[in-house]
Amino acid sequence: MSMLSIKNLHASVEDKTILNGLDLDIKPGEVHAIMGPNGAGKSTLGYVVSGREGYNVEQGTAVLDGVELLELDAEERARAGLFLAFQYPVEIPGVSNMEFMKASVDAQREARGEAALSSRDFLTMAKEACSKVQLPLAFLKRGVNEGFSGGEKKRNEIMQMLLLEPKLCILDESDSGLDIDALQVVADGVNSLRSDDRSFIVITHYQRLLDYIKPDFVHVLSEGKIIKTGGAELAHELEAQGYAWLTGDSAENTAETSA
Amino acid sequence: MTEQIDQALEREYEAGFVSDIESETFAPGLDEDVIRRISAMKSEPDWMLEWRLKAFKTWQQMEEPEWAHVDYQKIDFQAISYYSAPKSMADKPKSLDEVDPELLATYEKLGIPLLEQQMLAGVAVDAVFDSVSVVTTFREKLWEAGVIFCPISEAVQEYPELVKKYLGSVVPQRDNYFAALNCAVFTDGSFVYIPKGTRCPMELSTYFRINEQNTGQFERTLIIADEGSHVSYLEGCTAPQRDENQLHAAVVELVALDDAEIKYSTVQNWYPGDENGKGGIYNFVTKRAVCHTNAKVSWTQVETGSAVTWKYPSCILRGDNSIGEFYSVALTRGMQQADTGTKMIHMGKNTRSTIISKGISAGRSNNSYRGLVRMGPRADGARNFTQCDSLLIGDQCGAHTFPYVETKNPTAIVEHEATTSKVSDDQMFLCQQRGLDAEKAVSMIVNGFCKEVFKELPMEFAVEAGKLLEISLEGSVG
Repeated sequence: MSMLSIKNLHASVEDKTILNGLDLDIKPGEVHAIMGPNGAGKSTLGYVVSGREGYNVEQGTAVLDGVELLELDAEERARAGLFLAFQYPVEIPGVSNMEFMKASVDAQREARGEAALSSRDFLTMAKEACSKVQLPLAFLKRGVNEGFSGGEKKRNEIMQMLLLEPKLCILDESDSGLDIDALQVVADGVNSLRSDDRSFIVITHYQRLLDYIKPDFVHVLSEGKIIKTGGAELAHELEAQGYAWLTGDSAENTAETSA
Repeated sequence: MTEQIDQALEREYEAGFVSDIESETFAPGLDEDVIRRISAMKSEPDWMLEWRLKAFKTWQQMEEPEWAHVDYQKIDFQAISYYSAPKSMADKPKSLDEVDPELLATYEKLGIPLLEQQMLAGVAVDAVFDSVSVVTTFREKLWEAGVIFCPISEAVQEYPELVKKYLGSVVPQRDNYFAALNCAVFTDGSFVYIPKGTRCPMELSTYFRINEQNTGQFERTLIIADEGSHVSYLEGCTAPQRDENQLHAAVVELVALDDAEIKYSTVQNWYPGDENGKGGIYNFVTKRAVCHTNAKVSWTQVETGSAVTWKYPSCILRGDNSIGEFYSVALTRGMQQADTGTKMIHMGKNTRSTIISKGISAGRSNNSYRGLVRMGPRADGARNFTQCDSLLIGDQCGAHTFPYVETKNPTAIVEHEATTSKVSDDQMFLCQQRGLDAEKAVSMIVNGFCKEVFKELPMEFAVEAGKLLEISLEGSVG
């Protein structure tokens, strides 16, 4: 049984086709890295699977642990155990991190027929998650991402992931803009959640993150489909050689198509 | 996304029911005779009647103002009834046991239990139903502390010296069209006096309810905080759902003597009309405070109701070192229109004022902030800080800001900050991706936007205001 099974996925944004027959099969416990040139559709894949508005699915299926995702609203997909760590986390001024995360956790618990957590129990959990991503506890009281640095925002995403304990986590360039120490923190957060019943999709431009989060598979996405799949060593090859040898483009052309 | 938010904004007006209570109501129309009859109903002394008649003459010479950024059908003042009272009130119930159970049930239904044992501990309530005050709770307990909290109609009888001295002292009769009208026809409202050096032992609150059709509500509130005293006061308002517009023209006067502090909070939820702008309350209100030396007045308002709102709670900072504050959340949706803000008139030295205004516009509504900061020639070292934020939901609403600043003193400092933002798709998606539905997401984002103001409300009411906002934003999400 797969954790996530995507078959022949076609999707467009404003009539522009971005995903073009994508197949991906992820077993429980596996970590899959998705790499590829700019504009290949990596972030789009995350948005389409998680149900962002404006991303139109034309054909295909995506099944998460037996649940057909593409017919569900974004919040229902989240409640089914899907988590997306954003590349550019947005601020919600005046809503404390604590309040936001408790509401999220409670909404997901309610969907599973579980009672809401007491504020005290939640606080204990939140404090633990906060220390794990090495953010000062004061961040729990601050507005969601309000005035956070780039690195703090990324760590805040991981904190939310730790609290929600999703079945499938999609990390959308969670390494971009991070220094080595922050990268280590993000990777530690992810690694601490790795288990036999949880899977990860790690979208990244750089092999560096994969030194910290060891993938089981590396896929190269280009023009909306996966054109090559390999093990962790593929990331090293890409680091050394770029994508041109796979896509058939010259390096300059690849750069120009960046979106 | 916009569609989703719009759906989230649709909701029923929960306070829209009508109570079946037999009332004595004047026939519509306004002339001297009507004013004499109102005065007679209240058995008023001659000086009060004379005061009303003088105001009526003034009003007749005035013009309805047109400068506000609102648009509504001209009011036919002869089509309104100026007095309506439940019949059961004619023989003045002495205690709660004698009050018409239907009246108590009405307030119960609105979440304002009037039986003292059921009430929020520490809150005294004056319940004003159409033109009369039906109950004022905890009066004895307040009396022990020397605090007077009673219907203003009673204060006219019992404390004429205080009323004569202060009524109209903050808002003069000819101040504006609607204030002049109120002076002529006001029926009831609350009167508060806090003696020197006294900290009022509980929160005071007045709950206004319009029930009868085609009536106007003209309440009058007068709060006097004597030297070094302290009081926190809250008013709430609702009305049934009706197709006709109804007029509410209140006057509130606050007097904060030396070193006194008044905190005045409003949760305004008059019927806003339907989504096409049919019906709803015209809320044309004059609220003003005068602050003597070292005194402080803080206005906090949460405005979610009314078809048209025209309201500028203001502070005259007469005494040196006095402080004025204005914290406001105004939410408009459907076809609602709000033109609201404040005036801070700095007269004394080292006077300080803070204005935090949060306007939220949704649907096809229009929401305007209008504020005046005036630094008088004697106001050495005076300071003002104004922050004025607008949040737009959807693409058919409007947010407007009209800040006026007049400075006649070179040492005064005036700061103004303003922002306009939208509930963004990114914010909505973040919330939904974490498992929150659209409704909860909007209400959370809006509540966050208002946080600076909510934290100024007394604790019990902060929760209520948050809930009110949530109800205002409630609806079915498809």
